[in-house]
Amino acid sequence: MQTKPSGRATNVSRRKFIIGSAAVAGGGLALGFNLPFGPAPAAAQSAIDGVPEVNAWVVIKPDDTCVIRVARAEMGQGTHTGLAQLVAEELECDWKKVAIEAVNPGSNLARKRIWGDMSTGGSRGIRTSQDYVRRGGAAARMMLLQAAANEWGVPAGDLTVADGIVSHKATGRTASYGSLAAAAAKLTPPDAKAIKLKNPREWKVAGKPMKRLDTADKVNGSKIYAIDFKLPGMVYASIKDCPVFGGKVTSFDDSKIKNRPGVRGVMRVGDTAVAVVADTWWRAKTALEVLPIVWDEGPNAKVTSATIAAHLKEGLTANDAFADTNNGDALKVIAGAAKKVEAVYSLPFVSHATMEPMNCTVRLTADKAEAWVPSQNAEASLATLSTASGLPLEKCEAYNHGLGGGFGRRGGTQDYVRQAVAIAKQLPAGTPVKLIWSREEDQAHDFFRPIAQCKLSAGIDANGALTGLHVRVSGQSINAYLSPAAIKDGKDVRQLQGYWKEPGDAQIGYSVPNLLIEYAMRNTHVPVGPWRGVNTNQNGIFLECFMDEVARAAGKDPLEFRRVMMQNHPKHLGVLNAAAEKANWGSPLPPGRFRGIAQFMGYASYSAAVAEVSVSPKGEVKVHRMVLATNCGHAVNPDQIAAQVEGGVAYGLSTFLSECSVDKGRIVELNFHNYRVLRLAAMPKVETVIVPTYDFWGGVGEPTICVGAPAVMNAIFAATGKPVRSLPLKNQGMTLV
Amino acid sequence: MVELNVNGTARRVDAEPDTPLLWVLRDSLNMTGTKFGCGIAQCGACSVHINGEVKRSCSIPLRTVKAADKVVTIEGISADSSHPVQKAWAAFDVPQCGYCQSGQIMAAIALLAKKPKPTDKDIDDAMTNICRCGTYQRIRAAVHAAAGGTAAGNGSVIHMQAAGESPAAGGVQLALDGNR
Repeated sequence: MQTKPSGRATNVSRRKFIIGSAAVAGGGLALGFNLPFGPAPAAAQSAIDGVPEVNAWVVIKPDDTCVIRVARAEMGQGTHTGLAQLVAEELECDWKKVAIEAVNPGSNLARKRIWGDMSTGGSRGIRTSQDYVRRGGAAARMMLLQAAANEWGVPAGDLTVADGIVSHKATGRTASYGSLAAAAAKLTPPDAKAIKLKNPREWKVAGKPMKRLDTADKVNGSKIYAIDFKLPGMVYASIKDCPVFGGKVTSFDDSKIKNRPGVRGVMRVGDTAVAVVADTWWRAKTALEVLPIVWDEGPNAKVTSATIAAHLKEGLTANDAFADTNNGDALKVIAGAAKKVEAVYSLPFVSHATMEPMNCTVRLTADKAEAWVPSQNAEASLATLSTASGLPLEKCEAYNHGLGGGFGRRGGTQDYVRQAVAIAKQLPAGTPVKLIWSREEDQAHDFFRPIAQCKLSAGIDANGALTGLHVRVSGQSINAYLSPAAIKDGKDVRQLQGYWKEPGDAQIGYSVPNLLIEYAMRNTHVPVGPWRGVNTNQNGIFLECFMDEVARAAGKDPLEFRRVMMQNHPKHLGVLNAAAEKANWGSPLPPGRFRGIAQFMGYASYSAAVAEVSVSPKGEVKVHRMVLATNCGHAVNPDQIAAQVEGGVAYGLSTFLSECSVDKGRIVELNFHNYRVLRLAAMPKVETVIVPTYDFWGGVGEPTICVGAPAVMNAIFAATGKPVRSLPLKNQGMTLV
Repeated sequence: MVELNVNGTARRVDAEPDTPLLWVLRDSLNMTGTKFGCGIAQCGACSVHINGEVKRSCSIPLRTVKAADKVVTIEGISADSSHPVQKAWAAFDVPQCGYCQSGQIMAAIALLAKKPKPTDKDIDDAMTNICRCGTYQRIRAAVHAAAGGTAAGNGSVIHMQAAGESPAAGGVQLALDGNR
């Protein structure tokens, strides 16, 4: 219905880099990668302080410091520590001497992507790296042992190693890894595929609640985030993109601000934005605020939340939906059922609101482009730097700083990198410029969690069993905005995440004899993108809250009602049971307190939650306790899993407080005064139940977020007798306290 | 030039009088431990102490800060991260992304200066800074620990049960889902 601005994702793989599932470690050359330029330098040339690497993953210094390289981004989710644990486990080094070094994307490309995919999203950081990083650690161990064997003239098989000390029992000789590393670096690496990895049940470093390796500089202010990074002679930019998505800059009157102190330039950025460059960011920001800008807002300026809601509502009954699951004859069975339940749910746009706003520092010269960024996908940052600057990849480098929050905002899109390059191009060559978005700009130009509505209908038989279920989602598609090629034959299955019939990733956990699941794509002019948990958030709420409505209509306990339908889904059932048991489901509660339960699957992990809630007569909702269970297959660091579970609760419950509404084509809530997010006082006590089955690898950062919200909504339903069918809670006359 | 006392040192800065203290600290004095989050005193990422009171420096214009006022930033809390609050934060692995934690630590220190043994309600009322990673549970535990409370664990409650180790893990020991 509206004009859509371009919002294409950038990533290196679109340039025909192939991501092999076995991005072979071991210092050897990975196979199957297309090189964009030149031959790779010899592996051992890359070094720290002149110390040759044992292989791509491991550098051991003479003092036995063990530097483990990581390619995935760290945005708080603990992936760096977890990946280091996996390497260290196989390496058998001394964990107390482990340090982390982040890999630059230019180095990765120059070495045929020896570190594999750098993009960090979809809760993939550990689960899709674990095999090759463990092989990397094991290969380094084997080379270090072989170096000792060569030195001592004994078979490597006679050696043992613990905490980085190699021993030969028969002769009593020992040597530390640090003393062997230089010799090990010269050896031919073993065949990575032939390496036998440890049984995870025998792990000593991985699988344990090790402390994070990246905490020290976060408690004294010394960590340099991208927003903190400085270069000599650097100038600062503040930017304003047309507040109406799809609008353009008509003109601006720079005479009004160019004599303000420190202002160095006023410029167009693409067709849609204006930037002011000054010697400090405050001067740039305040000058931009008083710059007269005339916008061509275009037809989207008429769009409001109400027009978008009507657009989605039409999709609930339209004829253009596609059915991803159609078992039996759900519509007929529901129509003829002894009892029928029907409900329409609605969830709004929400923003990421990372604490560190979007920012990027760029320095361009005739033959070099550099960017200092917070990025979930440093290779996408590099690719954007290259395309925006016009310089080939080998003349570009992106330096990824630890992110002040990511949550899906800083992945493939890289809009802030593109803007920073466009600004730098308009400055004298070699002038470093740091672009920082104001919070208002950050709220106005996010890639929002898609807006969605869902109509659900159920038929119950005389025994209270669910005989037919119809789920019709109508809402905006992330793929339509960011990755149209991912939509096959107009069928965007991604929007039905969590309802898929295929096992292994985001499978529905219920067997319903007559089941119809449909999606009607209803796009808007508002940019959308992945938001921690992505579509499992909305789909988890739709299905799991409706399940409680149906259970109540059937006169059944919500847990028992679900269990009956989950017998063919033992892993889904397993976490549901684990959560119910630890939460003492069914036991008496203090007066006024009620429980709610939910289960769902996403990112190859199984999640369930129980919430304990009270609701005051004034509609104040207090969440007292939450128990969340996860089966993520392998638990690499239980303490960090708990941190992610707790964080997911906070992030998910924030959507009970606010939405991003649309008026005159633009976002209304532009800062934390009206885009309210969860603060400490409203944080429930969270217990994490980890039940790994060791037969698959699932994600951690996102999966549990999708069960927290519906468990709380179901507890509110239990408390009030009224289902919560939309968020934020103010729609129900309630608030979270 | 304006005179300031930051972390016990007299500093002179050249900035407009309406410049927020936050940007003076970050850009004029190169002290980037104090963070920009919202610019309207809502999120608390920019929290500093002025004469012992926690203040949101993004909304403190330079002209309102007197030369005699004692401004303390995260960089001035200790030379070696040895302040009890910093130690509790590190011991409990409170930070995730870490961006808001300078401000959280400043808020916690100011709270403990007023209430050496804060209750949960005191912590609710005083610790209003936003953390989007959601580290609140550990922040609460770390404040109690820094106050000298005895803490078991780090605020997180974890029930770890691998399949095959305890029947209490429930149904997870059932047959595979057919997917692996």
